[in-house]
Amino acid sequence: MPSFVITEKCDGCKGQDKTACLYICPNDLMALDTERMKAYNREPAMCWECYNCVKICPQQAIDVRGYADFMPLGASCVPLRGSEDIMWTVKFRDGNVKRFKFPIRTTPEGTAPPDGGYGFGPGSLDDQLLATEPASLKADELWTLGK
Amino acid sequence: MQEFPTREVTTDILIIGGGMAASGAAVEAAYWAKKHGKKVTLVDKAAFDRSGAVAMGLSAINQYVGENSPVDYLSYVQQDLMGVCRQDLVMDIARHVNSSVHMFEGFGLPIWKDAEGNYVHEGRWQLMINGESYKLILAEAAKNAMATLGEDGEIIERVFVTQLLLDENDKGRIAGAVGISVRAPYEFFVFKCKVALVAAGGAVHVFRPRSTGEGLGRAWYPPWQSGSSSALMQMVGAEMTSQEVIFIPARFKDAYGPVGAWFLLFKATATSASGTNYMAEGMKEGGELHKWLPYGAVKPIPTCLRNHLMMKEMYVNGDGPILMHTDKAIEKIASESPDEKTKKKKLKELEAEAWEDFLDMTISQAMLWASKNIYPEQGPSEIAPSEPYFIGSHSGASGAWCSGPEDLQTDESKNDYFWGYNRMSTIKGLFAAGDGVGDSSHKFSSGSFTEGRIAAKAAVKYCVENPDMPKVSEARVNELKKQTYAPLQVYEDHKDYSVRDEHVGYTYSEEINPNYIDPKMLMFRIQKIMDEYAAGWGSQYNCSATTLNIALQYLKYCREDLTKVAARDIHELMRYWENVHRLDIAEAHVRHKLFREETRWPGYYYRSDFPKLDEEGWGKVFVNSKYDPEKGEWEMIKRPNIRFVKIEKVVGM
Repeated sequence: MPSFVITEKCDGCKGQDKTACLYICPNDLMALDTERMKAYNREPAMCWECYNCVKICPQQAIDVRGYADFMPLGASCVPLRGSEDIMWTVKFRDGNVKRFKFPIRTTPEGTAPPDGGYGFGPGSLDDQLLATEPASLKADELWTLGK
Repeated sequence: MQEFPTREVTTDILIIGGGMAASGAAVEAAYWAKKHGKKVTLVDKAAFDRSGAVAMGLSAINQYVGENSPVDYLSYVQQDLMGVCRQDLVMDIARHVNSSVHMFEGFGLPIWKDAEGNYVHEGRWQLMINGESYKLILAEAAKNAMATLGEDGEIIERVFVTQLLLDENDKGRIAGAVGISVRAPYEFFVFKCKVALVAAGGAVHVFRPRSTGEGLGRAWYPPWQSGSSSALMQMVGAEMTSQEVIFIPARFKDAYGPVGAWFLLFKATATSASGTNYMAEGMKEGGELHKWLPYGAVKPIPTCLRNHLMMKEMYVNGDGPILMHTDKAIEKIASESPDEKTKKKKLKELEAEAWEDFLDMTISQAMLWASKNIYPEQGPSEIAPSEPYFIGSHSGASGAWCSGPEDLQTDESKNDYFWGYNRMSTIKGLFAAGDGVGDSSHKFSSGSFTEGRIAAKAAVKYCVENPDMPKVSEARVNELKKQTYAPLQVYEDHKDYSVRDEHVGYTYSEEINPNYIDPKMLMFRIQKIMDEYAAGWGSQYNCSATTLNIALQYLKYCREDLTKVAARDIHELMRYWENVHRLDIAEAHVRHKLFREETRWPGYYYRSDFPKLDEEGWGKVFVNSKYDPEKGEWEMIKRPNIRFVKIEKVVGM
């Protein structure tokens, strides 16, 4: 497959400005059947199983079936990604289920400051200091040869 | 054939790529460009939030120098690459990288901390992170930085850059790039710029992957990495370096899940099937590692030599598969707990850490274990060496030959390693970072971001000091536009030869046509050639002058056949160009392998006709190459490997 669209859940993101999975797929795999308004993976053998389409789908209409070459059937990994953490449900072939929850970020979405909170330093184009240095180094000065 | 509108973008600084290095470049370029009134444009083939190698996430930051010195880091890198690294470039990243990591934390990346508030190290240089959103957070900081430029900060997504443009009046100077948009209205992009910074990733699928069915996509490095960084630069004549130094990761078999946490954090060992601890055996007096002096006898054992010992068990002794004893590692950690309650808690933590390691960066590995009912506490798991990858940012070294920083040179090195602007290639105004820069290995995600910052600052400086706009030849642009879309025309011209519904054609399948092949078949052909004649897994990583010359001949046929590759739509057209880049990389790689007459990186590849390491000869040089785009000829060059910093002691992992 490996990522596939559950067509009965997919609405092609018709109420939104763009189809989420088409927007996000790093390998340009997702396409939209505009007549039926259903997305699909047009090149499953080039899928990295990065799950970005699964995570971003507002309808939870995308799942992954492991690569047929080497994965016995029956397992699944299902993410639920929030604004601060991600929850995973891992189902084994033998029916066993494990659940995990991991943090994904410590700042509110959209707010990552370009200076990392260190401010901009005294450097100029003629020296070796990068924009936020030396503060972001947490050192007094930048290392160079002979020091 | 459909007409494609041309869109012209004029800018000062063009950043090509959207991964770690490009994110760092955008963050840094925005600051200096704003200060000096310059415009920055970033062009990404995918969506910036999730493009590049870290699209899925990462579970560790592999380069954080902390309290160690840049020389300590250099000692480790030089040892790992069997002596082949540019000391100036490696130390330069090492002295700045802490700053990047601290910034990541400020952006909002969760880095593990211990009870005292210190970073949790996986190894000396490695930090554990909750990295599901690593790339997204960095892209966000980059977007916020670009937004400070207002109209002078532009991010263009879903445009694949196919070729670079040189100045009409100076063929040694960059002038822009062309590319295709894979989203409606499918414009042909012409970028005109004063500097271009190439950070477009390494190369995957040049060699045949081990999984060739549906699992084709499950490469260790992502399948969208088509070698654009090196291909773009090399084809306009930039001098390239160490294109022979690919990387073979040894990972959990098939899904390529990370082993770093298991080896470094959980202290697991690996053995052959019958239980030989091949690392310990290799290290013993008179063991295999002592055949690869001076590097084999020094710890940490270089990555290629660790692979070499593993391959020897598999291919010489026939004692595969190689097993990672996860169960024993867990048992040992559990046994160190003072009581049952602590033990239970510890095991629970360990389980979450082990699974997060996969779920943050290689979800398929979690799926593989689940699909085979593999419980790491119950038994070992297979690990295996993969197909070769071009990843100058990791334990490979391929990329462009770039200037280093002025202050990290000595009288001995400055003539060879410094030409005015840090990370500028031998083409004026053409800068590189990440997988695009050769001989500055082991920068990983954090170092690539750092190198992007370093290159971006130097690029703005170049721009300020060279304010005139290079001239782009309109005739050249028109020629490239025609060339760019040619595969669509090939399809138009010949598609009626095969018709499914009306029986007027000769075949029933669009893929089988005597007048063309599709882009995927071009890729398969390159992969088969490389695998069988240029030391892929199928040849057990062996090659010789004989096989490499065969590879060159067959790659030449591939190049001749490029005019007979058909693309049915824009998506396939992008695949075509990706595979042209792969072909460029393949050819450079074979030429480099042929030129270096020794086996320096056993476990990455073997020159069966020169099976030994030649420290006094080839150990003293970098193998470089230069393609002449006008004549279509290659020149092989030896550049001195100057080790001006004497390493007293190698600092380990």
